[in-house]
Amino acid sequence: MVVFSKSPVHSVLYLIITFFCIGGHYVLLNAQFLAVVHIIVYAGAIMVLFLYVLMLLNLNRESEPHKSTVMKVAAVICGGLIMVLLVGSLRGTEQMMITQSTDIGMVKTLGKVMFTDFLLPFEITSILLLAAMVGAVMIGKK
Amino acid sequence: MNIPVEYYLWLSLALFCIGVLGVLYRRNAIIIFMCIELMLNAVNVLLVAFSTYLNDVDGQVFVFFIMAVAAAEVAVGLAILIMMYRNTRTTDIDILNRLKW
Repeated sequence: MVVFSKSPVHSVLYLIITFFCIGGHYVLLNAQFLAVVHIIVYAGAIMVLFLYVLMLLNLNRESEPHKSTVMKVAAVICGGLIMVLLVGSLRGTEQMMITQSTDIGMVKTLGKVMFTDFLLPFEITSILLLAAMVGAVMIGKK
Repeated sequence: MNIPVEYYLWLSLALFCIGVLGVLYRRNAIIIFMCIELMLNAVNVLLVAFSTYLNDVDGQVFVFFIMAVAAAEVAVGLAILIMMYRNTRTTDIDILNRLKW
């Protein structure tokens, strides 16, 4: 639906639904912290950004560019081939059923690991976000 | 609650292939960005699934960092897109081919 809907705004809305479903999967996997962060970051920030840009550029169904039929068929064939490749390479996986502990995705354990073992990457991430923010403002400025 | 981890494998595989298909299928650069997000999320789902099943926290920390990088990437990419739209009045990637040669 994200791929095949004609209007870009509908694509964005379908993508938001997909992200909420992925957030639900995180809750199912006992990753509560990541589920909340996922909803906030993706549904709250990134998709709002996409919607803003779509509204700003005023794209709609009429101005939507389309590829020729040959290119579409080629794209579908290439995507299908990648799918066949991945399915074929992953078919022989063995069953892995490990009972889950309940505290792995909680804020407490995750925060402890993040601020001890991963302290340097965490700080570098903040610098990356700052650099991206400055870069986006500089590019977006006239 | 015991879901076999292969189900998550197939889910993330399907999501990733939809993302690849979208990148190849569409010509609107914004939708291509959205499909890249879809592929990143497929990888995130797989990382969370494996980290839960293996009782390892590191996978979830990696997912957190991937989210931060994805947010930065989207901000910069959309800024570049707006800049290009200002210059060429289009987001069609077949017209934005000045970097080709």
